[in-house]
Amino acid sequence: MNLTLFLLFPLFTAVAILIAQNSKQIRTIALGGSLLQLGMAVKLLLAYYKERAAGNTSQMLFEYIQNWFTPLGLQYHIGVDGISIAMILLTSFIVVAGILVSWNMETLSKEFFFLLVLLSLGAYGFFISLDIFTMFFFLEVAVIPKFLLIGIWGSGKKEYSAMKLALMLMGGSALIMVGIFGIYFNSHTSTGAHTFDILLLSKMNIPIEIQKLFFPFAFLGFGIFTAIFPFHTWVPDGHASAPTAASMFLAGISMKLGGYGCLRVATFLMPDAAHAYSLVIILLATIAIIYGAFATMMQTDLKYINAYSSVSHCGFVLLGIGMLTHTSITGAVMQMVSHGLMTALFFAAIGMIYSRTHTRMVAQLGGLLKIMPFISTVFVIAGLSSLGLPGFSGFVSEMTIFMGSWQNPDKMYRLATILACASIVVTAVYILRAAGKTIMGPITNQSYEKLSDASWNEKFAAVVLISGILIVGIAPFWLINLIEPGTEIIINKLGAVISH
Amino acid sequence: MLNEYLQVLKFEWMLIAIIFILLFIKVGSKEWKNETLLYSINFLLLANLIVGFFYNLPGSLFNGMFHSNDLIFLQKSILNLGVYLISLIAYPWLKEHKHLLEFYILLLSTLLGMFFMISSGNLLIFYLGLELSTIPLAALANFDLEKRKSSEAAMKMIISSAFSSALMLFGISLLYGVTGSLFFNEIALLIHGGPMEIFIFILILGGFSFKMSVVPFHLWTADVYEGAPVAVTAYLSVISKSAILFIFMTVMFTVFRNLEPQWYFMIFLMSVLTILIGNLFAIRQDNMKRFLAFSSIAQVGFILIGLSGVSKMGMASVIYFLLIYLFSNIAAFGVISIVSASTGKENVSDFKGFYKTNPFLSWVLAIALFSLAGVPPTAGFFGKFFLIMAGAERGNYVWIIFAALNMIISFYYYLRVVKTMFMDENENPIQKILVPALPKLAMMICLLGIICTGFLSWIYETIYNLCNF
Repeated sequence: MNLTLFLLFPLFTAVAILIAQNSKQIRTIALGGSLLQLGMAVKLLLAYYKERAAGNTSQMLFEYIQNWFTPLGLQYHIGVDGISIAMILLTSFIVVAGILVSWNMETLSKEFFFLLVLLSLGAYGFFISLDIFTMFFFLEVAVIPKFLLIGIWGSGKKEYSAMKLALMLMGGSALIMVGIFGIYFNSHTSTGAHTFDILLLSKMNIPIEIQKLFFPFAFLGFGIFTAIFPFHTWVPDGHASAPTAASMFLAGISMKLGGYGCLRVATFLMPDAAHAYSLVIILLATIAIIYGAFATMMQTDLKYINAYSSVSHCGFVLLGIGMLTHTSITGAVMQMVSHGLMTALFFAAIGMIYSRTHTRMVAQLGGLLKIMPFISTVFVIAGLSSLGLPGFSGFVSEMTIFMGSWQNPDKMYRLATILACASIVVTAVYILRAAGKTIMGPITNQSYEKLSDASWNEKFAAVVLISGILIVGIAPFWLINLIEPGTEIIINKLGAVISH
Repeated sequence: MLNEYLQVLKFEWMLIAIIFILLFIKVGSKEWKNETLLYSINFLLLANLIVGFFYNLPGSLFNGMFHSNDLIFLQKSILNLGVYLISLIAYPWLKEHKHLLEFYILLLSTLLGMFFMISSGNLLIFYLGLELSTIPLAALANFDLEKRKSSEAAMKMIISSAFSSALMLFGISLLYGVTGSLFFNEIALLIHGGPMEIFIFILILGGFSFKMSVVPFHLWTADVYEGAPVAVTAYLSVISKSAILFIFMTVMFTVFRNLEPQWYFMIFLMSVLTILIGNLFAIRQDNMKRFLAFSSIAQVGFILIGLSGVSKMGMASVIYFLLIYLFSNIAAFGVISIVSASTGKENVSDFKGFYKTNPFLSWVLAIALFSLAGVPPTAGFFGKFFLIMAGAERGNYVWIIFAALNMIISFYYYLRVVKTMFMDENENPIQKILVPALPKLAMMICLLGIICTGFLSWIYETIYNLCNF
């Protein structure tokens, strides 16, 4: 399995979009490319199972190394383990759904789809990279498309939101840059050169003072991407102003880049510091969870509701990472997948409603179930998954995180776990309230009665995402089996710290 | 022997030949059409660029006063490329200009000066080259003959450069007094860090800082950039700056190598101030040229970070960055030059809604600005990353964090322009501009450079291997 194809396909798709003549061709190409990616991702999953079944126990599969900027020791080094495959699958699901949802985009459609594909290219590149430099490169590749997508096709105070998002994410990148320089210049390979290679770095022991110095930079930098408190403020504005597909990409893919980076770069490479700072991470994560939940209660705009609930849900990811137990980290990865799918679905549903009613205010909506049953059902499914109803993905992942967190016997950690658990009640309140007001009840506006239900492309998008949610929710073991070998290596590295 | 004079000095001979051809055309009685002239001159410059890659002979002449090696040939080729691109983007402006031959004669004279400066192994020839490269520039800055601002710019430029030359000359004469030599490699052995030598160093550094527009010697930059014609501004900010930085690196790494512990701190301080002031002022600018002037001041601050590495990596990353900076800045100035030549508008706010009418130019400007901001996948990302990496090798993380945070500020003002073009509404935006073939070619080359210079790691590797640190 040649992983470089994950970069080449989006690249070719993007070029083809540039050449295409009219918007019909453009969207067909975009959809074709994204379906091809989805097929590739599934094929990668199967190939992975096959390799593992054949007894291949190496940490990363399908590795490929090519020297790049040789004097500096940079490499184009790619490879995947279960965690990355889970992320790649998530990305490919959301890309398909995102392109389907924006099927009727007519204004500057060429640029729109080009930027969407470019964003997905950045995400794929990030997840397959095993070299921090290329990882950082792809992380930043994804920033500019977000800025343009929000700023050009967005709604509301779009310029402000786009600028805020871009600047905060660049701030995150700047911190990451300092962090990875710290790692780089304190790494020593057998030849005495420095390296950015994650696998090599994980075998070295970076001095603990150095780790303590640079861990905050790396973790906070990646944390900004995943809305760590108090740097979460880009999330609500960015999500709310973005066009539907961009919201889905932002919440579904982009925020996951941060979580993945926190895990793979910060925690994995600097395990001593991860232990030293875990209480701080837990604290920030708990604040994000509770603050996010309560902030959501106060929102009246559906997109803001989902955006703030994303802050809360991504808090769970950080909580899982910060708890540093095997189960909790597995849960964190599952939460990334699950949250990606369900927020994307939620945003898709909101986008469908908004494109018909031209309002996202909860107070102005009502009785949609009678008018558009399909969209309403999708909305409810997304909501229920978000509040963690068994059978959907949210339940499985949050449950895993809580179980993992409880395994940490320290009192403070237990307290954080209890508080985080309690937030679920708040989640239930706002989700049920929003769903109840918009879906049930009398029809608030007579003009809504003429509105149509979902078109084929919207149905297709919803089905793709819902099937993802249900697969994870009903049969979580395949995802756990996929992720666990990867998390086990991370936890072994962390465990080695405790014992020495 | 004759062969040696021909080949070691080949770059200079080529320029002299072109200058003489232009002079003959000027004094000749035949009336040339501007367009024919421009096409032929651009062809000559292209030939000059291409010939630069062949038949190079490293060596030294005149007792070592003038020397050349593969790295210097590369640096000269970079400058040649820059001049060629600038000449292409200046096409719409020069087409209407009465004195285009003089423009090129002056331009190439300054380039000749820079070549001598880069190749110098002796302070005399260095100073000669420096002056040859600055005095015609003042005349060039005044080339919008009927504009008062242009004359003002020229006046400011000549006064400030005279001042900086005086500083430099004072330093050189004291240096001669202290060491008794004017040769770089001899002086290097005689300097040990006494107070007099540090004083001399400060004088020479001051002189250099003027030319590089490093804070606190940056005050002339914005006014001159604003007043001068766009092509000259591009030349000042790209070619002139690159040439000065090339020789500055040589001087710092050879002549003042022993003062390194002292100058490291000075460079640190100046770089921090340069980045900060360049960035803070760039936020407030509305004139595109002033905006790029301040942003280019900030860029020099970043270059100083790479330079402070005092390593092969640092040297290579500075040259690599300058190459990328050349592509990005010329692309940006190219767009501004075309807009300015056809509409006379130069303000950021004039660019509102520019994307609706001129998508191609908007993308060129946006990509150029992304590259200047250091955002991937443009080459600017690699350039800036390696610069900071070279600086980080010393472990001065205060500086690195400072630079990283300032990259955010710079990101803001570059994105502000992009936002203006792509997102702001405007009832009467700039009309659709027909881009002539030559500037379009220049922009294509620049775009190609901006995209490819980063990914093709052999460019960096070549530079790295040439650096004889």
